[in-house]
Amino acid sequence: MSLQVENLRVYYQTLHGDVKALDGLSFDIADGEIMGLAGESGCGKSTLGYSLIYMNPRMKYVEGRVMLDGEELPIWDSPAMVPFRYKKVSIIPQYAMSALNPTRKIGKMTAELLESRKVDFKEVEPELLRRLDLVDLSHDVLDMYPIELSGGMKQRMVMVISTLLNPSLLIADEITSALDVSTQKAVAEMLVEFRDQGIVKSVIFITHDISILYQIADSIMVMYAGKLAEKAPTDVIINCPRHPYTQLLISSLPEAGVRHAEKRLTGIPGSPPPLLNPPQGCRFRDRCPFAMEKCLEEPPVIEVEPGHFVACWKEAEPYA
Amino acid sequence: MLKLEGVSKVYHVGTFGSKELHAVQDVSFTVEKGQVVSLIGESGSGKSTIGKMILRLIPITSGTITFDGVDISTIKGGRLKDYYRQVQGVFQDPFSSYNPIFKADRIFQILREEFFPGVKQAEWDDRLHQSLKAVGLSPKQVLNKYPHQLSGGQLQRLLIARALLLDIKLLIADEIISMLDASTRIDVLNLLADLTKQGLSILFITHDLSLGYYISEKSVILYRGRVVEMGSTEKIYKNPLHPYTRMLMASVPRLDKKWETVEAELEGVPSDVSSGCVYHDRCPSAGEGCEQAPPRLVEIEPDHFAACCQVAIETASLAAPEVAQLG
Amino acid sequence: MTTLTKKADSVATRTLKKNEMLYFALRNMKLRIGLGIVLFFALLAIVGPLLTDYRPLAYVGPPAQPPSSEYWFGTTTFGQDVFTQFVHGLGATFFVGIVGGGLGTFLGLLVGFVAGYRGGIVDEVLNMLTNIVLVVPTLAVLLILAAYLEVRSVLSESLFIGMFAWPWAARAIRAQTFSLRSRDFVDLARLSGMRPLKIIFREIAPNMMSYLFMTFILQFGGAILTAATLDFIGLGPTNAISLGLMMNNAVLWSALHLGMWWWFIPPGLAIMAIVGALYVMNVGLDEVFNPKLREM
Repeated sequence: MSLQVENLRVYYQTLHGDVKALDGLSFDIADGEIMGLAGESGCGKSTLGYSLIYMNPRMKYVEGRVMLDGEELPIWDSPAMVPFRYKKVSIIPQYAMSALNPTRKIGKMTAELLESRKVDFKEVEPELLRRLDLVDLSHDVLDMYPIELSGGMKQRMVMVISTLLNPSLLIADEITSALDVSTQKAVAEMLVEFRDQGIVKSVIFITHDISILYQIADSIMVMYAGKLAEKAPTDVIINCPRHPYTQLLISSLPEAGVRHAEKRLTGIPGSPPPLLNPPQGCRFRDRCPFAMEKCLEEPPVIEVEPGHFVACWKEAEPYA
Repeated sequence: MLKLEGVSKVYHVGTFGSKELHAVQDVSFTVEKGQVVSLIGESGSGKSTIGKMILRLIPITSGTITFDGVDISTIKGGRLKDYYRQVQGVFQDPFSSYNPIFKADRIFQILREEFFPGVKQAEWDDRLHQSLKAVGLSPKQVLNKYPHQLSGGQLQRLLIARALLLDIKLLIADEIISMLDASTRIDVLNLLADLTKQGLSILFITHDLSLGYYISEKSVILYRGRVVEMGSTEKIYKNPLHPYTRMLMASVPRLDKKWETVEAELEGVPSDVSSGCVYHDRCPSAGEGCEQAPPRLVEIEPDHFAACCQVAIETASLAAPEVAQLG
Repeated sequence: MTTLTKKADSVATRTLKKNEMLYFALRNMKLRIGLGIVLFFALLAIVGPLLTDYRPLAYVGPPAQPPSSEYWFGTTTFGQDVFTQFVHGLGATFFVGIVGGGLGTFLGLLVGFVAGYRGGIVDEVLNMLTNIVLVVPTLAVLLILAAYLEVRSVLSESLFIGMFAWPWAARAIRAQTFSLRSRDFVDLARLSGMRPLKIIFREIAPNMMSYLFMTFILQFGGAILTAATLDFIGLGPTNAISLGLMMNNAVLWSALHLGMWWWFIPPGLAIMAIVGALYVMNVGLDEVFNPKLREM
């Protein structure tokens, strides 16, 4: 499958005006690619995830085109998106494991979900059981209530349910954040397994934890204040990032093996700009150590090498 | 300075409180003056419970907690208040720590009413500004604002400033940066490290090994309410002894190398491990004796303790080959 | 009606910058309609007695007269002016609502806060007390009380109602207090050496203001209904008139059979309207206080 997003703009309507959460985002995902989506809270990554599948009433579609497998996704039209949801695009929302209906057994809940999508549970049941085996869950889980399962088990269950109909694109929103370290590893590796087995074709993995992305993502897209900062293959982003924000972000992460006494890490001073009235030009300019006059203008997205995109004037005019 | 001896916490759950939940079992460790100790554990390890017991927010079931020689497990009233002048806490969720309908600086007003009733306004403002500067905040930016108008990082720093106003000796930091963004985390962490240089002791509760390594000299690793490994942070990281610690180290996502193909044991339905070692149902090197009795903390090398029978036996056998025959 | 809406909207937009809650309050249809109805009847209760020269229980005119320009709501079987009775009865109804509802809320607060904050054995004991009062058949107790009291006033009726109405409020407030108590800011207050009572009043209660407000409104409406029920079966005040008593008398004297609709329809409609409006107001208030329920 392939995903192409062109100039996507999605704003939130509030009493005080429009919050420009996603302001002109363009990127591509290739078939079988696991793209990590990283950034601070408020950068727009969850907004992007949701706008591709379900826009809640507060979200306003302004412009942009989304093409999935050559077909245009009518993301502005919720009823028209129904045939795509769950079958071609699926999502594992944040806090999904806390959102399981506590009064329903897991099996019953899955059956009801499938029924609402007009899929016969009986037909899908053998596949469901196979998937449970794949994620190391016993079939008894279907007869249990959510409260009887541990966090890791619930998360794996949610993964199975969300991907039951083999969607082309899976959006995973912070699926490892609330888990213990060992379960995190298992869940992340499971995601890769799903992709390897063809259960899902491509994945957008939204998280604030870049180290997990290093472990399993093929490429990483870093967003800042509603815009693209940098997108590149994983090794490139981690080892030779070009955008100042990415560089500062990577250098502020404590790795196992670094002590304060030996090497004092630095954070990024300041905070992201308000998206109600975002500043002119590059939105990182106020916190950027390399800011220059040119940054008052919106920086273009430059492909510095194949597959490596940076939105920074430094790259556009390296000799300035 | 702070000493925990055999501290346990038992909750009664189920109908009529028939079942017992051992949240913390027989935990002992110390925090010295000017020392940063990391209390590391995942969910269900009991680390937050220990923090709250030290802060006297929940009662202790058994064991003692002494601070500067005084048993604080049962003190009340005025003596408890004196204790709070020396020990304070900062919690995980910055937004939950503030009453949302009041302005953020109310936390300072409360402190003033309770601890400094006689101080005049001008002097109080002075002290407040100094505290704010010490945590890297500008008074103009943060005073007179509601919590939702400030960022998570600013809120956490305000809480640290509040603790500093009391001139405390020990700070219990319970996952204080886990809800902050990556870029602000390191600033708050550096702030804590700077404060220790001025003599403050910190009990740093976290689930993140790399943070523990970055900031602390001593680490205590918890699993299911028991201490499994304890000692100098460097020794633990260079040479993890307990199978659980080794599993933790292997599962932490790192930026310099990919996950090893060490099989992380998936957590199944929580089973009852009330007898024997708390880790024996997941441990790859579990032996026969592991189900019978909970292992004691043994000093394997100087300043490095582990609670694992297999490790103890191995170490003993290296020292005295005849003993190995009995293991 | 549209001009009113537009005016309210512009007032609303101007207050927007100052207070978001007020903005939603002014725009909320349910709140506006509900409050409007209640205020209308309250006004009537205050102003009404000034409009009539008669006393409610005096025999002033020809019996069983339908409404006319002389007697706006007609007269009863005994020749009493129904309109006078109606406006005085409204006053009594509001009195019961405020005093009875107020007492119920106060007791509920007391029990709810203490049980919710302290937990443990205190909570168990208070819970038992709450359940006992809840289970007691209110009507039976009040019947017995009524049998012992020769003269019953509106005040004593209000107090009785308040004494049995509090368990519902106590339960709700206890639950809210429980959940607020485990929030970190309460822990922080404890770490600051605050005493429990101070924490309840300075930290927890202010957070529940909207909830407490709504609890009072429900108690108010409930007290009115209970009073109407008691009056209707003859346990009402002996020295005053209330809407329920009017209906009681009307039924006793076969107003239904005789077709004297003007005697029982106004009081019945008034009770229905007031209590109904209160509940609608409550739903509207819920939307105002809880941002997630608001329609954008």
